[in-house]
Amino acid sequence: MSDISRRDALRRLALAMTATGLIDRVAAEEVHGMTSQAAATAGGTYAPRTFTAAQYRTLERLADLIIPVENGAPGALAAGAPAWIDMISSENDELKASYAKGFAWLDEVMKTRGASDFTSAPAAEQTSLLDLIAYRRNASPELTPGIEFFALVRRMTVDAFYTSEIGIRDIDYRGNSPTAAYPSPTESIAYALKRSPVG
Amino acid sequence: MPHLTQASDIHDVVVIGSGAGGGTVTKVLADLGVSVLLMEAGPMLSMSDLKEHMWPYHVPHRGAGPKGEAYSGRPTGFTYSATYGGAQLPGEPYTVAPGSDFSWFRSRILGGRTNHYGRVTLRFADYDFTPRSRDGLGFDWPISYEDLAPYYDKAEAFIGVTGTVEKIRSAPDGIFQTPAALRVHDTLVQRSCAKLGIRAVPGRQAVITRTTNGRPACHYCGQCGRGCMTASNYASSYVQIFPAMKTGRVQVLANAMARELVTDATGKVTAISYIDKTDGSEKQVRCRTVVLAASACETSRLLLNSKSSRHPQGLANASGTVGRYLMDTVGSSMSAVVPALSGMPRYNSDGYGGHLYVPWWGWDKHGELGFPRGYHIEVGGGYGMPGIGSFTGIVNRTEGYGVRMKQAIRDEYGTSIGLSGRGEMIPNEQSYCEIDPDVKDRWGIPVLRFHWAWSDHELNQVRHMQQTFRAILEGLGGRVATGGGRSGRGGRGGPPPDPNRPPISRGGAIIHEVGTVRMGDDPKTSPLNRYCQAHEVKNLFVADGAPFVSNPDKNPTHTIVALAWRTAEYLAEELRKANV
Repeated sequence: MSDISRRDALRRLALAMTATGLIDRVAAEEVHGMTSQAAATAGGTYAPRTFTAAQYRTLERLADLIIPVENGAPGALAAGAPAWIDMISSENDELKASYAKGFAWLDEVMKTRGASDFTSAPAAEQTSLLDLIAYRRNASPELTPGIEFFALVRRMTVDAFYTSEIGIRDIDYRGNSPTAAYPSPTESIAYALKRSPVG
Repeated sequence: MPHLTQASDIHDVVVIGSGAGGGTVTKVLADLGVSVLLMEAGPMLSMSDLKEHMWPYHVPHRGAGPKGEAYSGRPTGFTYSATYGGAQLPGEPYTVAPGSDFSWFRSRILGGRTNHYGRVTLRFADYDFTPRSRDGLGFDWPISYEDLAPYYDKAEAFIGVTGTVEKIRSAPDGIFQTPAALRVHDTLVQRSCAKLGIRAVPGRQAVITRTTNGRPACHYCGQCGRGCMTASNYASSYVQIFPAMKTGRVQVLANAMARELVTDATGKVTAISYIDKTDGSEKQVRCRTVVLAASACETSRLLLNSKSSRHPQGLANASGTVGRYLMDTVGSSMSAVVPALSGMPRYNSDGYGGHLYVPWWGWDKHGELGFPRGYHIEVGGGYGMPGIGSFTGIVNRTEGYGVRMKQAIRDEYGTSIGLSGRGEMIPNEQSYCEIDPDVKDRWGIPVLRFHWAWSDHELNQVRHMQQTFRAILEGLGGRVATGGGRSGRGGRGGPPPDPNRPPISRGGAIIHEVGTVRMGDDPKTSPLNRYCQAHEVKNLFVADGAPFVSNPDKNPTHTIVALAWRTAEYLAEELRKANV
């Protein structure tokens, strides 16, 4: 199921190309094979390359809070955001250090609130901390390291989610789909004109 | 191709560089029965390397770049693109003089930058050939619109260009294919422009919307920059060079980095010395004639590095103007969030490049405008394929986390409209390239050093762009973001922006660098004659952006193709008459 829309797109494209007698069905199939292979390797259980088991659990919890399941629609966890962030960080010492510092900061703050670390704190404690560090307006000598760290995790989680199949479906991107003609989006134009000063 | 390296072969024509100019010369000569050896500093293009139709989860790092460089402040805009190059090439440095800022984008692949470029295809206007006669600035061309028009015709008929007949003097009509329908953002911009008395017209793109010369029509995936597997847009590689190779008259010598042109006692070029990049060895090919199409600045570099006792300033440089009058396009942009687009019924907005553009409307008003030359506007918007960084701006504004943040992303996705100005720069004495006396590339070839300065002509033009962009965007109900009016591609990588200066692109950032080996009737002031043939070296021709005398607000590729076509026909005729 993972590759249906792409396969359809390429099949249609391949047919179009064969029909005109020009090229290069072989090239299209090669691309298809290559990308399917890449998709297949993304399955299975992920063993973190960069983070310790405890750090990775913290990352999973943060990703789940940043883009949670919404009315049954899968969020950042199902989209594999933690694994992707771990993979990217494994190649970038600067990122790896930022994450290590950030995880330690979260754990330290939770210790002052009576928990042994971030993940073992009650959910309400976790979100009350995030409600502080998710906004630049709360910047202070105490909170700024947390705010900067959370901005990084949030940015990368959002990137990971919306570059996944799950995220692209969620945002309802309709493109990357070869078509024979480009019809005028009349319904959308009418909608926009009605709401704009140039309608 | 082992026999290519044997010194006994003398090629009728050796073309150096395979982009718009080199590809056109190769195609035209092959069609006229002339044999060509085409040298390219990069490898052959393999169509199966193109990343067209791939999703972000199909590319390594999903586009965040090797080592996640997107998160270390480095741009990754070319993740999927068929650029095969950039401003930084390993082992191929260039230098920039103190006080200057210049970025030099180079591709190393068959087809060069045509594999990925924006496909904007605009003819010069009649008045663009006589700028000095009009306002006393810059220089006039030695040819007129009438000289070039037949070649614009040929290029458009062969390549395929979208557009509509509009009878606008600044944007001459051509041989057009039916353009795609306007999208939502195009429609809003067109109407907002109309309220300001400005005409916006269907985009002129090197994209085919009907089967043309065996190439199938566009399939509207919006990914022209990745290279097109069906060859439905123009790139010299798959539209000109691959078909030309089938004639049997074209041989491609890939991975060949030209080092120096070798001349004989009569001053003619007899051979090209080059580095075979596959093993680093130095080799030669012999030639009767040579066409330089290596890109404007590489062509200058090659001439300047071809020094001899006979040519102490470099080849074809008795005028001392090789490297001089380097120009780029003036770039500035602005975007706005348009609340009217929020919640709009979703549609596939991919299409191709620009479905709408705004030709320069003030060509007869410069007396009152306060700047001498014009610009056109390119329009962007729609629901782009999500990628790394697509929603960073929204998230930075919204902050928070969870479903509320996600809803903000959903509400704002596809609601931005962007305008990019592309304006004419007037050549000046401070903008040029020369050989750096100290620095060499990995093969020991001396590199270029760039000098760059914008003048008040360009800065005043950018001020006008910014006022116009704001009027158009606010006129359609857009909210220009705080700090709007960043200079787009110009904003990255250079020194911090000067708050006292309007947001103008860095030199070179628009990747329209032209000039440095200009045409002209007077050998004392121009290296090339009106056929882009060197005044002092009759078997040497130039067919890239280097011959440009000015750089009007028309993206240069179309004129590079038309000029190269004309040069190739002239060269074929001179060969036939045994004049070269």
